[in-house]
Amino acid sequence: MWHRSASFILDKNQNDTVYPADSVTLTPPPPSSISTPQNPNPNLNRNMSMSAYYQTRAAHHGVVTSDWLAQSQEAATRAVATGGQEIVDGGKSGRAFSVIDEFNNWRKQPDLAEAVAAIRALAAVIRNSEAKTMMELEIELKKASDSLKSWDTTSISLTAGCDLFMRYVTRTSALEYEDFNSARSRLIERAEKFGEISYKARKIIAMLSQDFIFDGCTILVHGFSRVVMEVLKMAAQNKKLFRVLCTEGRPDRSGLRLANELAKLDVPVKLLIDSAVAYTMDEVDMVFVGADGVVESGGIINMMGTYQIALVAHSMNKPVYVAAESYKFARLYPLDQKDMGPALRPIDFGVPIPSKVEVETSARDYTPPQYLTLLFTDLGVLTPSVVSDELIQLYL
Amino acid sequence: MDSRRSSRAVIDPKVRQVGFFTSAPLPPDRTQSDPPDPIRSPPLADASSPGNSLSPVMIPPPRHPSDSLLRLPHSPSDAFPPPSPTTTTTSLGDFSDDVTAASSPPPAAARVRGRGSSVKQQGAASSFPGGGFEVPPSVKAPSSVPASGLTTVSVVKLPPGISENAGGSVSVEVQSDRALNSKPLKEKTSKAERRAIQEAQRAAKAAAKAEGIKTPAVTALANAKSAKSTKPSPQRNDSAVVVAASEKKGGDRSVEKDRKKDVPHPRMQYDDKSRVQKLKKRSVVKPTEARNRVELFRHLPQYEHGTQLPVLQSKFFQLDTLHPAVYKVGLQYLSGDICGGNARCIAMLQAFQEAIRDYSTPPAKTLSRDLTAKISSYVSFLIDCRPLSVSMGNAIRFLKSQIAKIPISLSESEAKATLHSDIERFINEKIILADRVIVKHAVTKIRDGDVLLTYGSSSAVEMILQHAHELGKQFRVVIVDSRPKHEGKLLLRRLVRKGLSCTYTHINAISYIMHEVTRVFLGASSVLSNGTVYSRVGTACVAMVAYGFHIPVLVCCEAYKFHERVQLDSICSNELGDPDSISKVPGREDINHLDGWDKSENLQLLNLIYDATPSDYVSLIITDYGMIPPTSVPVIVREYGRGQLWI
Repeated sequence: MWHRSASFILDKNQNDTVYPADSVTLTPPPPSSISTPQNPNPNLNRNMSMSAYYQTRAAHHGVVTSDWLAQSQEAATRAVATGGQEIVDGGKSGRAFSVIDEFNNWRKQPDLAEAVAAIRALAAVIRNSEAKTMMELEIELKKASDSLKSWDTTSISLTAGCDLFMRYVTRTSALEYEDFNSARSRLIERAEKFGEISYKARKIIAMLSQDFIFDGCTILVHGFSRVVMEVLKMAAQNKKLFRVLCTEGRPDRSGLRLANELAKLDVPVKLLIDSAVAYTMDEVDMVFVGADGVVESGGIINMMGTYQIALVAHSMNKPVYVAAESYKFARLYPLDQKDMGPALRPIDFGVPIPSKVEVETSARDYTPPQYLTLLFTDLGVLTPSVVSDELIQLYL
Repeated sequence: MDSRRSSRAVIDPKVRQVGFFTSAPLPPDRTQSDPPDPIRSPPLADASSPGNSLSPVMIPPPRHPSDSLLRLPHSPSDAFPPPSPTTTTTSLGDFSDDVTAASSPPPAAARVRGRGSSVKQQGAASSFPGGGFEVPPSVKAPSSVPASGLTTVSVVKLPPGISENAGGSVSVEVQSDRALNSKPLKEKTSKAERRAIQEAQRAAKAAAKAEGIKTPAVTALANAKSAKSTKPSPQRNDSAVVVAASEKKGGDRSVEKDRKKDVPHPRMQYDDKSRVQKLKKRSVVKPTEARNRVELFRHLPQYEHGTQLPVLQSKFFQLDTLHPAVYKVGLQYLSGDICGGNARCIAMLQAFQEAIRDYSTPPAKTLSRDLTAKISSYVSFLIDCRPLSVSMGNAIRFLKSQIAKIPISLSESEAKATLHSDIERFINEKIILADRVIVKHAVTKIRDGDVLLTYGSSSAVEMILQHAHELGKQFRVVIVDSRPKHEGKLLLRRLVRKGLSCTYTHINAISYIMHEVTRVFLGASSVLSNGTVYSRVGTACVAMVAYGFHIPVLVCCEAYKFHERVQLDSICSNELGDPDSISKVPGREDINHLDGWDKSENLQLLNLIYDATPSDYVSLIITDYGMIPPTSVPVIVREYGRGQLWI
């Protein structure tokens, strides 16, 4: 039975106060505390912290913000020091191995999603574990995944990826092996396989969605999503003729980056400001969005603005397609917009904002399932209601 | 006579091609073929002219598939000269599905009853390789077709070879009879007529039954008289349904035996007169039927309230077959002392626990079979007191499957201990623990500053509210209530005592109060597999208003109340309450405008107990498997319905 559901972000915040006590031994620095001093954001006229979720997002999407610059510089210096594969051995040397470090190393690969990085890091945990019994190993794994999750509580895909990994790896016949070593190698094998599946998910999705892009269509895209990018790239490679409308994606201008990439592929692109969605919806044939997380109702949690685009598209009877890997399926069930752990981000308005004025800094919104048409996942093309079925089968 | 018949033969097929038959043209035929003494009808019909003897009572019309089908089930039972009483004991009904063959009859006889449809199928399979059982009578009368010349009707015209086979397979006797009749058959019998005769026979039979069972001696006599052949079976088959036959035999049996086999189907249609009559005869409670019932809801049982209790009380010492614990629970259901799906289910299971503890297998019987029959008789008593809820149905199904699973080698005390612990576990895991998990999930959806609305009184919702309060969440509760039960008052009382801030209002004010609400928590009697929530009447209204205000509706329901049935409205399956309770206003004697309402012909009061909320209005269902959208209910039912849910 599912007792520790990811749905309890609010509860988990309370639990987090408990976790450091035991996770400190495993992970030397509480990472969120080291990352906050790193980014003294000059644009912030209030002392609001930027959520870790948003930091990784900014890093991945190459959105140039001041804090990201500082971070990337820092990362670059570290990346030189440790190569990609060295960590595996590095972990064995002494007691220095830490999931967070491992995770951070994987995370630096620009094309690797956060969840996949986490999955890889957890696989490394099994590999480096010095546990003698299955139980010990499981506890160790659990601790590692908990510390990973608490590293960034706002990231849905990270939490979901860790949970799914635990389910996928531990719920196996391997646990019945008498011989610990063979069981362990089986676990490792399974972990690798899961990492591989997750890694390939994007390609599968791109292939699945090709049937839906027809010649001469106009696609509206919101924000920058690597899956959507992959889909469009493959469509362009397949010599499909289509046009893309990109929203600007304020405040991090992720839409600009997508437009940039698409222009390189010779796909006709048009940029819109975020408020021009309804204006252009007439000429749009389909809306394509990614997702930060797919929740149990079949709805998605995605970058701010997705909900209103879906609403406009729904009212104009345009299909809304979501491209999301299955490791983003989370045991969450938001009932409304405020029902999630908020992921905050700073917003640069260009002019100083008077201190009396409040700013909505939430980075994402929840789109209910009735406004979505289909979800392209590596499990297949699903209707929103199937998501819950898949989740039940994955978790229960 | 002949002219009349032939003329009708032309018309009949046109009129009655489809399904049901109007009784309008029947009376003349009925008077013809209906003998004054229903019991003696077979010999009479036998002695009469060939034209009349076409009645299926006597000579099975050879090319009439349905008749041979009907006959077949009879023949084995009659072929066994000693129709021992035990052979009829089989529980009919939904819950007997997974527990096959409740009693220990000889195999052939077991096939006879059991379930009507399966019997027919077997008969069909044995006689016709091509199947075609239960063909509507309108199309299966090939004999009339040539006369009428309406070839369009004869869709299922059987080739003569097959019909020959069918006749031959039954008995030699039949064939000779048929040879006699074959000529007139062609000309004279329209299928309508035969149908009419059939109907008449059936009616006669029912009359005979109602008239008080003339004991099998009489029937046996009739049989003997009619038995001009070595085999009595063809004569005896008088168009009645299988159930009716077993019914007849059941007449001389003890009440207990009788009750065992007739646990009424949970969704029995109470507008079916003959069945209701049958049911009434066997039921312990003997309720008087309510008058002025609403036409649309005639298929639901409705009785005068308050009449059953004294009857039942007076019968206490006669019902020695009933365990006192079951009896007590039944009375509590009847008086309304125990209500609510969980409470009723737990009470029933505990009563069964006691009954099982005091149970001892009678000699020459096996525990698993006899106990199942026993439980069935208890269940039928409980149904008499109040229709089963889905939760109880599921629990009974669980219990029966557990009983059936008991290995025959197990000693009685061990078996009883196993069952005891099984029931205990069901209560613990499926109800108590499930509620705890639901509370845990639901509390995460309550935030500080929320205003929660609930309707009626649901045990799960109450636990959620109390737990959230214990966690120190700051919220307010709006309790919406409705006449006539005012269940919300009790909930209100308990919550206020715990220190929650509450608002109490009636459902009339729902659209006003909904403005300030942020979450709606509802309980459910059952959740059906299309996501429909079957709950206390008024729930649908609350959910729809909430939907209109864009307020999330959370339904809390344990997974053992899920059912694979699909229901689209609240009409086809529901429960009717006491109409008096809505005509009277407690505490206001001066409001008596509806006094004596039952004397007025054109006034019907409808007091429904449940309604069905379409899944569109439900945002979320909280169950022991987590929080799921209503679209995922079938997944839970599929994945856990058989395997895990009933362990």
